[in-house]
Amino acid sequence: MSQYQWDWLVIFENVTDTDEFYYQWLISGLGWTLLIALSAWVIALILGTIIGTARTLPNKFVAGIATAYVELFRNIPLIVQLFMWFFVLPEMVPTNIGNWMKQDMPHPGIITSIIGLGLFTAARVAEQIRTGILALPRGQKNAGLALGLTLAQTYRHVLLPMAFRVVIPPLTSEFMSIFKNSAVAYSITATELFFQMKQITGDYKPANQIEVVTIVGLIYILVAFSANRIMTFIERRVQVPGYISGGK
Amino acid sequence: MQLDWSSIPRASNALWEGFQFSISLTAFAALAGIILGTLLAMARLSSIKPLSMIASGYVNIFRSTPLVIVIYWFYVVLPFIIGRPIGAEHSAYVTFAIFEAAYFCEIMRAGIQSIPKGQVYAGSALGFTYGQNMRYIILPQAFRNVVPLLLTQTIILFQDTSLVYVLGATDLFGAADKIAHRDNTLLEMYVTVAVIYFVISFFLSRLVKHLHSKIAIIR
Amino acid sequence: MQKRLAFLVAAVSASFIGHAQANELTGTLKKIKDSGSITVGHRESSIPFSYLDDAQKPIGYAMDLCWKVVDAVKKELKLPNLAVKLNPVTSQTRIPLITNGTVDIECGSTTNSKERQKQVAFGVSTYVTSVRMLTKADSGVKTLDDLNGKAVVTTTGTTSDRYIKQNEKGHNIDVKNVYGKDHAESFLMVESGRAVAFVMDDVLLAGLIANSKSPKDFMIAGPALSVEPYGIMIRKDDPQFKKLVDDTLIGLMKSGEVEKIYNKWFTQPIPPKNINLNLPMSPQLKEAIKNPNDNGV
Repeated sequence: MSQYQWDWLVIFENVTDTDEFYYQWLISGLGWTLLIALSAWVIALILGTIIGTARTLPNKFVAGIATAYVELFRNIPLIVQLFMWFFVLPEMVPTNIGNWMKQDMPHPGIITSIIGLGLFTAARVAEQIRTGILALPRGQKNAGLALGLTLAQTYRHVLLPMAFRVVIPPLTSEFMSIFKNSAVAYSITATELFFQMKQITGDYKPANQIEVVTIVGLIYILVAFSANRIMTFIERRVQVPGYISGGK
Repeated sequence: MQLDWSSIPRASNALWEGFQFSISLTAFAALAGIILGTLLAMARLSSIKPLSMIASGYVNIFRSTPLVIVIYWFYVVLPFIIGRPIGAEHSAYVTFAIFEAAYFCEIMRAGIQSIPKGQVYAGSALGFTYGQNMRYIILPQAFRNVVPLLLTQTIILFQDTSLVYVLGATDLFGAADKIAHRDNTLLEMYVTVAVIYFVISFFLSRLVKHLHSKIAIIR
Repeated sequence: MQKRLAFLVAAVSASFIGHAQANELTGTLKKIKDSGSITVGHRESSIPFSYLDDAQKPIGYAMDLCWKVVDAVKKELKLPNLAVKLNPVTSQTRIPLITNGTVDIECGSTTNSKERQKQVAFGVSTYVTSVRMLTKADSGVKTLDDLNGKAVVTTTGTTSDRYIKQNEKGHNIDVKNVYGKDHAESFLMVESGRAVAFVMDDVLLAGLIANSKSPKDFMIAGPALSVEPYGIMIRKDDPQFKKLVDDTLIGLMKSGEVEKIYNKWFTQPIPPKNINLNLPMSPQLKEAIKNPNDNGV
């Protein structure tokens, strides 16, 4: 019976009839992956903090809108959301704007991915910020108000700084996830790392796809692990004395 | 562009079968993942160095790897190592349980860390062992504090079950995707599953919100 | 010394036994006999080769051919009640699942390429496709030169973008390559106006057009950029099983039965929507049936 013929050097092979090499495809894909994930993370952090905070506000209307946002964006699979932004939205706006989105917008797949992934992740970041705020003893908010701080000042100087520190471990998960989630961008034409893997393991190099998949898996591990180290460093720097947070 | 919804009702059987698989996979992976994750979180916070290092290594490796690649690996590479094929569904159950444990571990860790240290000292002063402290003081509160996060993760898990398409196993999304390709009705099918996912996840999150308001700790 | 002697005796007797049973089973046939079952790998949406009907059963041209092979296996092994297991495969899993023993035979629309032959073997080719362009009927695109400055979509994991790149030099054109994650999405890119043409195997293009909401809005245009044979995929270095598969298929080709099966799937309405692909046999396929071969591209 035949055996699988392993060939780990497959990514250093020349692409037939061109002067390109497969590893160059992977590097270019990694670049787009990092760009998409990091840009989306900026959107997610800013928007997620605003929405997570809004959900804890006494104003029912604002809290309601924030809740609706979270429910909508976290309850639909990311791949479906990206699909909606890319294929459905241009059909719903006026024709000339739709045509611009389809034909003239630069890098439509990349830009749509950044926005879609950012909005999706914002809902999850918001939930963590909210959980962090709610996990704080109620006395902290009351103490802030009693000291004469306005509600905004209490959030700004008392609640949010504490909440951010409490939620760093789950936020770390989210930060690591955004690199992996960015892989879904391949489904709307972004030529990032996962796309390059699919491209190489398709008809170009179908024989050694296990090796290529494994190498790409290791690249993702490396990226996410670096993200994890950065967050752990921040976690150590900002831990709150008196909480179990690994403090001495 | 016109839309053609006529193929959706004919697909209802396949969608229903896929849905059942999604649910059973989610339920199994959430349950196994929370149990395993809680144990991992305790190991990670334990003062025994090797134990906490093993636990954090486990968590970091699995959180760093895209699920879709882990699934692919278990299904196609493991048979080369153990010498016999593994069924698609078995590999899905096992992969999801051990993968999700890493995420549930981090959530439980955040929960445990949200408990003021004074409570641990108070427990110790009362003569509680480490195990008793965990069992009676820390875990019950930690668990309550992170219920919303556990739910969020379970909803993510429910959506992630769509990745079993790489095994050719058919969950809700996979069923929709396959029919969409066969019938060339991508837009219609995706809109349909978006609605189904939304309704189910929304219902789940309302349920837990209700639950949470009953068990939340007022401090 | 004694050990060496024992080894020698064992080796000599083994070679004798080998001679005594010239028809001893090897490879896949032995695996099937030992396990009492054969596992057929099938696709799920590869119209009309191998796809699921509304009852979730795999059907299609390649499936019909595979059932003939399964019948031949039953006859060869004298196992009329052989258990037949079905295992869905994707373009990502089909090769590893053949090599790791999960499936014994893959019945889909797999191009017999030299690249794939490094890991697997193919039965004689059962279909021949040409890579061409799908475009809107009113797009005015007739040749490659008409693509200058336009977006052309290919499906991720196919080599069609290479044919475009190769032709760019010769034709002095500049084409924007974009990628759909699968054929249905690539088609959607053309349908929604994000790309002007979709370059792919013509049989898949015909399936997409026939299945679309208004088939008359689309057409297949341009020259054949590449001609590729499809084959049934099996394990490599397995002469017994390969012979059985080939003998079965060649038998169908010589008896003319393959033509009947072909017409059932390519020139008549097929489930589930009763569409008709209207694709009579190409000259290349007729040639492949007249002179069966397993040459890859």
